[in-house]
Amino acid sequence: MTKILVDGIEVDVPPDYTLLQACEVAGAEIPRFCFHERLSIAGNCRMCLVELKGAPKPVASCAWAVRDCRPGPNGEPPAVSTKSALTKKAREGVMEFLLINHPLDCPICDQGGHCDLQDQAMAYGVDSTRYGENKRAVEEKYIGPLVRTAMNRCIHCTRCVRFLAEVAGVPDLGAIGRGEDMEITSYLERAMESELQGNVADLCPVGALVHKPQSYNVRPWELNKTESVDVMDAVGSAIRVDTRGREVMQIEPRVNEAINEEWISDKTRHVVDGLRLQRLDRPYLRENGRLRPASWAEAFGAIAAKLKGADPKRVGAIVGDLAGAEEIFALKTLMASLKVQNLDCRQDGAAIDPAWGRAAYTFGPGIAGIEQADAILIVGANPRTEASLLNARIRKRWRLSPIQIGVIGEDADLTYPHTYLGAGPETLAEVAAGRHSFAEALKGAERPLVIVGQAALARPDGAALLSAVAKLVQGLGSKAEGWNGLGVLHNAAARVGALDLGVVPGEGGLTFAEMTQAGALDVLFNLGADEVEVGPGAFVIYQGTHGDKGAHRADVILPGAAYTEKSATYVNTEGRVQLANRSAFPPGDAREDWAILRALSDVVGHRLPFDSLPALRKALYAAHPHFAGIDQVAPADGVAALTTLAGLSGEPGREPFRPAVADFYLTNPIARASRVLAECSGLARGRALEAAE
Amino acid sequence: MLADQDRIFTNLYGLHSPGLEAAKKRGAWDGTKFLLQQGRDWIIEEMKKSGLRGRGGAGFPTGLKWSFMPKKSDGRPHYLVVNADESEPGTCKDREIMRHDPHLLIEGCMLACFAMGAHACYIYIRGEYVAEKHALQRAVDEAYEARLVGQSNVHDYPFDIYVHHGAGAYICGEETALIESLEGKKGMPRLKPPFPANMGLYGCPTTVNNVESIAVAGTILRRGGAWFAGLGRPGNTGTKLFCISGHVNKPCNVEEELGITFRELIDRHCGGMRGGWDNLLCSIPGGSSVPLVPAAEIIDAPMDFDTLKNLKSGLGTAAVMVFDKSTDMVATIARIAYFYKHESCGQCTPCREGTGWMWRVMLRMAEGRAQKREIDMLLDVTKQIEGHTICALGDAAAWPIQGLIRHFRPEIEKRIDRYTANPHPTPVPMAAE
Repeated sequence: MTKILVDGIEVDVPPDYTLLQACEVAGAEIPRFCFHERLSIAGNCRMCLVELKGAPKPVASCAWAVRDCRPGPNGEPPAVSTKSALTKKAREGVMEFLLINHPLDCPICDQGGHCDLQDQAMAYGVDSTRYGENKRAVEEKYIGPLVRTAMNRCIHCTRCVRFLAEVAGVPDLGAIGRGEDMEITSYLERAMESELQGNVADLCPVGALVHKPQSYNVRPWELNKTESVDVMDAVGSAIRVDTRGREVMQIEPRVNEAINEEWISDKTRHVVDGLRLQRLDRPYLRENGRLRPASWAEAFGAIAAKLKGADPKRVGAIVGDLAGAEEIFALKTLMASLKVQNLDCRQDGAAIDPAWGRAAYTFGPGIAGIEQADAILIVGANPRTEASLLNARIRKRWRLSPIQIGVIGEDADLTYPHTYLGAGPETLAEVAAGRHSFAEALKGAERPLVIVGQAALARPDGAALLSAVAKLVQGLGSKAEGWNGLGVLHNAAARVGALDLGVVPGEGGLTFAEMTQAGALDVLFNLGADEVEVGPGAFVIYQGTHGDKGAHRADVILPGAAYTEKSATYVNTEGRVQLANRSAFPPGDAREDWAILRALSDVVGHRLPFDSLPALRKALYAAHPHFAGIDQVAPADGVAALTTLAGLSGEPGREPFRPAVADFYLTNPIARASRVLAECSGLARGRALEAAE
Repeated sequence: MLADQDRIFTNLYGLHSPGLEAAKKRGAWDGTKFLLQQGRDWIIEEMKKSGLRGRGGAGFPTGLKWSFMPKKSDGRPHYLVVNADESEPGTCKDREIMRHDPHLLIEGCMLACFAMGAHACYIYIRGEYVAEKHALQRAVDEAYEARLVGQSNVHDYPFDIYVHHGAGAYICGEETALIESLEGKKGMPRLKPPFPANMGLYGCPTTVNNVESIAVAGTILRRGGAWFAGLGRPGNTGTKLFCISGHVNKPCNVEEELGITFRELIDRHCGGMRGGWDNLLCSIPGGSSVPLVPAAEIIDAPMDFDTLKNLKSGLGTAAVMVFDKSTDMVATIARIAYFYKHESCGQCTPCREGTGWMWRVMLRMAEGRAQKREIDMLLDVTKQIEGHTICALGDAAAWPIQGLIRHFRPEIEKRIDRYTANPHPTPVPMAAE
């Protein structure tokens, strides 16, 4: 620790702190534009200049380390002043330079109200201009469908360039030209290709890069902000849902160091218009082969009639990817009272059984734990498309100090260098047997991490593959105390929660695939499963939000609430229990899902024992105590799970792993309803075709 | 007046062959092995004793700079980078060394590398110096062929030398921008600290020296630091290449003792002032980035680092630009302002935005199309740039204008008055554009 004087206040900080950090410790605010905690230091905006005693000129506090400061002549601690005349003059000068070429278009600028330049010009600028020349004009650039540019406003802080190069790992943006002709561009007007590109508009301290889909539509002061979690993938990114009136206007990231730091993927952010389009806003009933609008009573009546006297063996329930734990619990309770054993949540047919232990289906080391791993093997997963932010975390780990990363499965560009080992189970067997050169890297590692994805699990030999992976992890051992090197990567937000609740076939029950086969059941309750075809024969009750595959096949449609419209619990791939909060109301007659099930239970004569969400939660927490630990990961016994998994029988096949996510932008019914994501998907498809040529 | 036997660059004018044989006859590569045998510390000590100050402009003691390199490698290689990106307007000294006396430079590289424990040296040549690159490459090839340098050479010190051709950006003459450019990145200066001696080329300890500083090393070591220190004035020792241009009768490059007076320099080597000494208006004594000095102050001033610093200017690269009374100084400085606006890399705010602003105001002032209060505003803008940037280009852009306002404010005011009195003057011919 080093002592340093900031405006006369002595603080004790680590020597590797920058002056800016030291000043913050001392409570002095330092203005900045280019500096960002999660990006490399550029030191180019010069806004953070402070006076350092003994230095001939003001120093950039973001780049100057405390250890670089010289003590005074008699050994006094170095002194920084953030309020001196010299500092003030420097700040005013830099602010003037930033403003001379910045357009005065704040009234029509989308950044207005949350603009760093605006705020800091108020705090540190002067009130008049001395600049009499013409302002610089810079052509707008096309950099894709998600980010609109207004390059006149750019202050060349290069945050966007650094973000894409460092966090996203793509060379999509750069600066061309020199001096005052420097311009930020994607060069040749190409659309950015990163799945994290929306973050550059968040990072932009001015209005040069703004979100295109909501541009000219929202002002920050007219929004109600609700903290929530994302359900587009199983990562569970922390988000803030901004609503105006009843309408969700935008989704912004929230800081959660354990999961998404402060980034979110484009799918998370721009699914907003999908929440408005294709919505189921009233119950429907199929009559003479056609769906017609119906009342709740009619719909419930039709269901009750079908269920009455139905053989429990011929009734089933499936759970989709976006359902919250509350409605899953309600559905499970209802099915239990109907004595139905046919229950499944594994829409893709993943070979995971909660009976193997919680560690057998969660991401053992946790997302933040990736930073501790020193060798990573990815089996049957493309984290970039399945869990973009988890992928960003792997890249962050690689940037800290390059580690060996091996991939078995899809040979994709993961944004960090990796060794492609092979396409399928045979390579996995070779690595496990130590015959592959990569086995050395894993063996030498103190904290090896094996990530296994749904491409390996969602296939007939999934259990055998999971067992093989478990044997590999077991064989590596853990040299570090408490390290759990098995990471199961899920794609569906509802999956871990449903597995926690035990939504798998009971004794003699049918699996998901068996239930959806033609003629397998008489009545099938579909809670938002939209990724599979349900075969003919069964009477299908679909409860969901969008007119997607599930609704098309339904005989009764019960309109539910999307994740922004209900308070629901989701468990992410690490097993972290998180709460999504209601920011808007469901459209039309649609209701919160647990309430629909509660009302239905009354009609079918098996009233659920809870009348309110708190009562439901009380029952849920009583049955599954770990759900009460919001934002926590309940400890799981990794060693026991590995032993159980390793003991599974079965022989892996020879089929190569198929990508689990075919189209990153269109993985769920909300995303498929979004026009913005459809455009992104189209561009991505075009690029893929171009690359194939 | 420098005696002929004390000249280091004996082929400055290319009267003899630049080849290895001829260079050896002139004294290059003489006893290099013996010098190396004296050891690293001896070399650095001699360099310190000689009082040699860096010839690239800042005048930092070269021996001291060499001593900043880690004594022992921590596993990282050490590098010497020679800055041959001679782009300062008015400067043309390194060019002559590379064209006519390249072996002095190569020998100096070897000695300097040995003194710093470096086994590789990169010479970064300005993009426009095509002939110089060929000349230097030819000399390097000769040295390799004669096994004077290379992995196994007659000096028993493995040493490689690479000539790298830049792409023509003034900013790449800044040492950290040069390192960036050498690494294949955009030539933008780095933040300091860390300094190159600690984290330079490819993150390894690196020293960046000017061509002239390195080229004189061989002769200094051969003749002893004391000999070099005996030339010139205390604190400003040795010989220096002056590049005199402008309104003198015979502009030239010449090697002279530091501390020679301006008058003697011009009279003896340049055939005197055009139109006599009364015709001298002012001089920019150290390349375009230093403030000008008016005739009365410069005329009998000793040309060395400290004297010129006291005149609020600098010796810089010793590119002495001489202006007679026919010169439009406002337009001249406006043209220099354009140069800095054009060469600003655009990385940091004050320089990126400020150089353009200064140039535009200067452009109007050259015409007289300005307000008198703008003179003070312009001065204030230069102060806002100076010292607030990552590298010294901001300072270099600000100083010429500060010098102009310091000494030529009446001229600017007169011009503004003239323009104001005549609302439709004929446009003033511009040096810029």
